[in-house]
Amino acid sequence: MFIKPYGDTLDDGAVQLSFTLPIPCGGKAKEAAKLYVQKLGFKRAEIVHASALSDDFTFFVAYGKTDVSLDYDKVEYAEAVDKFMSMDEINAFIKTTFKRKIVVVGACTGSDAHTVGIDAIMNMKGYNHHFGLERYPMIEAFNLGSQVPNDKLLEYAKTVKADAILISQIVTQKDVHIKNLTEFIELAEAEKLRDKFIVVVGGPRVNNKTARELGYDAGFGTGTYAEHVATFVVKKLRERLAA
Amino acid sequence: MTVRSKLGLSKNKIAKARGLAREVTGPVQDFINTHTTVTIERATLRLLGADGANSDGVPVPNLAAEHCKETLSGGAAKYYINALEKLSKSPDELNKEIAAGLDISKIEFTDEERIHRKAAALIAGLDKRIAANVAHRDRKLKEGADKLKSPLIYVIVATGNIHEDVKQARAAAGQGADIIAVIRTTGQSLLDYVPYGATTEGFGGTYATQENFRIMRAALDEAGAKEKRYIRLVNYCSGLCMPEIAAMGAMERLDMMLNDSMYGILFRDINMYRTFTDQFFSRMINTAADIIINTGEDNYLTTSDAIEKAHTVLASQLINEQFAKSAGMPERLMGLGHAFEINPDTKNGFLYEYAQALMAREIFPNHPLKYMPPTKFMTGNIFKGYAMNTLFNFISKATNQSIALLGMLTEAIHTPYLQDRALAIENAVYVHNNLADFFSEVEFKKNGIMVKRAKAVLDETILMLADVRKRDLFEAIETGMFADIKRPRNGGKGFDGVFEKTKDYYNPVEEYLKKKLNIVKRKA
Repeated sequence: MFIKPYGDTLDDGAVQLSFTLPIPCGGKAKEAAKLYVQKLGFKRAEIVHASALSDDFTFFVAYGKTDVSLDYDKVEYAEAVDKFMSMDEINAFIKTTFKRKIVVVGACTGSDAHTVGIDAIMNMKGYNHHFGLERYPMIEAFNLGSQVPNDKLLEYAKTVKADAILISQIVTQKDVHIKNLTEFIELAEAEKLRDKFIVVVGGPRVNNKTARELGYDAGFGTGTYAEHVATFVVKKLRERLAA
Repeated sequence: MTVRSKLGLSKNKIAKARGLAREVTGPVQDFINTHTTVTIERATLRLLGADGANSDGVPVPNLAAEHCKETLSGGAAKYYINALEKLSKSPDELNKEIAAGLDISKIEFTDEERIHRKAAALIAGLDKRIAANVAHRDRKLKEGADKLKSPLIYVIVATGNIHEDVKQARAAAGQGADIIAVIRTTGQSLLDYVPYGATTEGFGGTYATQENFRIMRAALDEAGAKEKRYIRLVNYCSGLCMPEIAAMGAMERLDMMLNDSMYGILFRDINMYRTFTDQFFSRMINTAADIIINTGEDNYLTTSDAIEKAHTVLASQLINEQFAKSAGMPERLMGLGHAFEINPDTKNGFLYEYAQALMAREIFPNHPLKYMPPTKFMTGNIFKGYAMNTLFNFISKATNQSIALLGMLTEAIHTPYLQDRALAIENAVYVHNNLADFFSEVEFKKNGIMVKRAKAVLDETILMLADVRKRDLFEAIETGMFADIKRPRNGGKGFDGVFEKTKDYYNPVEEYLKKKLNIVKRKA
């Protein structure tokens, strides 16, 4: 199945764009913006709004129509988990499957000081009425907070005999998160600990595909709640147990 | 200024909450008064002239403090001043020598009289510099008084590169921003030194350095001249070098500083004794330089629920107020913080936000309150985010906030693009103008949702502060009463940099500040 963006008619290819060019605002700027949108490959480009951000910069809102289409059937992507369990189901699953509490250690690592992601998954209160892992009776959850060095996290996970490690990365400027995430996996491998833990990464610029490419068991992006992560962890743990 | 309460808050209850906060901070202030820290000593050296760095990038104030290591509890100033006197050098010359390896603790002491005389001369120079900064700011603010907005529009720049920051800040000033905050690179709060020189690399922000302060100050003065109004500059007086950043800001004419009494403890795991001691010294410097502080109560709501934990915001505001008072700070410099962080799916959420913001305004009528936008529930849906920011702007104006930190539609995606900031300012200017006299037009239903809500939050705050007083503030933090975060009193970073002052502790900067700000030790 070939797909194109939808505006108000199937396959009209309508796309909405906004961007800034480093030029003064005026008629010439609008013409330049239109040509630029055309250069991007849009057939019909319309600059619907142009305003000066300063003497040297102009902001544009543009609409374009594209002929480019995509074969949807050839897109490869798998979510970490197909079907999520609820908090109660997860607790029951842990009780019957492992017959013990499982241990999860989480941290926002490297120089990243933003705990909002790891807190949403781990804190008792959770996020948006989805309780965090600390609330799960069958999960022992340790939230180490922000700016945790990779080696400290690994050390801690070892000490508390963690089943899973959750890493949050919010700041992604200049791809600092990629460097940091790679370093953690390398460290774990160097210490021959990679297979001891299920390692999961989360963050707004992360998805399951990039996480797998970086050597993680799974990756979760925005809109993830504790039960999503927990479902993956317990299912993966059972898989390992069976193996 | 007295405003009749639209929320019908009881004056007695407000006074009671204030009194409790005063009692809560009392024992902490007793600790503060008898202690110093390594960064207070370095800040002192900076204010006396220490600056620069050695070839490895170690700042001169750190080198000098390191020399005095064993005797820091007696104060580092006398070593630095003694070196100036004995070697007959200017601070610049001495700094170069220290950077080259001179150990100032190895120089034989001259007589005390000479040191005190030299200190007086250095302090006179410092006082002149700070007074000139204050006078300049006052003059420029007066000249542009007709263009001042209410609330003041506050936006951030955070490119990591000070030269890019300058471009973004200039554009923002042209678009209508009154205040530019240069966000710090992630991680700087945990450095136990302040990097030296102009910087072009950072993550999620730009290093706070004295040179970067100077570069941005000059750019904003230029932009202000063009716009015919004064553009204020903000940085972060927080982390392990809180007093040093205050010192740099006082010298380079920053106008506002993020400066919270507990933020570092809770959110950066800095030792509580260190933070409490540092915030006091830094607030004295900020007060002397007429710098408005911004407290960080918004952070409580990013880790805790904004409805359930609303009272922790008020409790913290009251605690911040008392600590600021102890540092001689007048109310007009206390930019207490709060935020719009209720889950947008909440029924009547807007009314709860409105009640909270108005309550803050009524309890702190003379304070330049800083109101912060939604962040926790901002998603990649920039259109929804823009709508939420509009409601935030509505409340900013409708409750007469003083400083509005504008929300960015791309919050939770990336540090602001040039256009994000422009759209945010356009939104705010639109809303603020359309609501120009809304505050004085509107009254609220007696026993309506908002009135009841504000009353309940104040009641809960009183209960919480009474509980904190019973345990004492140290234990309250240890048990997680703030932001649901527990911090042990002897844990955290920077504890080894806290010292009990010796009987003959000498710090001419502290003496100067206390005299200037008329600080007398209050009874515990």
